Amino acid sequence: MIESFDTSYLIVLGVLLLCVAIALIRVILGPTAPDRIVGLDTINTIVIVSMIIFGVASASVIYIDVAIVYALLSFISTLFIAKYLEGGEF
Amino acid sequence: MLGEIFEIIIYLFLAIGLFFNLLASLGLLRFPDVYTRLHAGTKCTTFGSIFICGSVFLLGLKMWIYDGDTNSSVLAIHTAVALIAILLTNPTGAHAIARAAHKSGVKPVGAVIDELDIKVNRNDNSKQVKLKKSKKPSKNKKTNEVKEEN
Repeated sequence: MIESFDTSYLIVLGVLLLCVAIALIRVILGPTAPDRIVGLDTINTIVIVSMIIFGVASASVIYIDVAIVYALLSFISTLFIAKYLEGGEF
Repeated sequence: MLGEIFEIIIYLFLAIGLFFNLLASLGLLRFPDVYTRLHAGTKCTTFGSIFICGSVFLLGLKMWIYDGDTNSSVLAIHTAVALIAILLTNPTGAHAIARAAHKSGVKPVGAVIDELDIKVNRNDNSKQVKLKKSKKPSKNKKTNEVKEEN
């Protein structure tokens, strides 16, 4: 494995953090509720990717397992919120 | 020699993935509409995360096969599983969000015709007609029953 923190992966993490910040602006500004959900979905995916990158940078595989679980749980939450917006019976 | 080629490919994949993730968030900020924002925010993110996970997968594969470090096999395999999870869940969630947005009444900006709306309304009308036809005799039966009881 990689011995210590690799600076190039830290730069990648910084750019991903910038992506999350830009998507967060849409979550705050969004005129309607589906806009905010689209922003949250994008943030979820970027957080999964940045967890994988952080697992490589800090040389610990446990972050990638956390990323798998986060992907599945965020999918369930997205489906649930979409179903809530759609209205009707569950 | 082979290790250097692998490293160049890894950094190239990282750059492509970062570029597409940045494009995704910029499109999310700049597009005028829920559906176009969904188009930017889901497709570009999926494409970018394919490349970033692919670069991490190649890094683990390189350290496993080329450097002979068997612990790195865990990195490669778990990253592949995470990539499969993203690929399965991300388009499905986007489809659910688009369906929910259309059903909750958000109209596309600048669209001349909404064919899905026409189709859904036509189906709803036919269903309502069927329901009315089926309801009317049942109501009559109920009133008849009530009258008979009286």
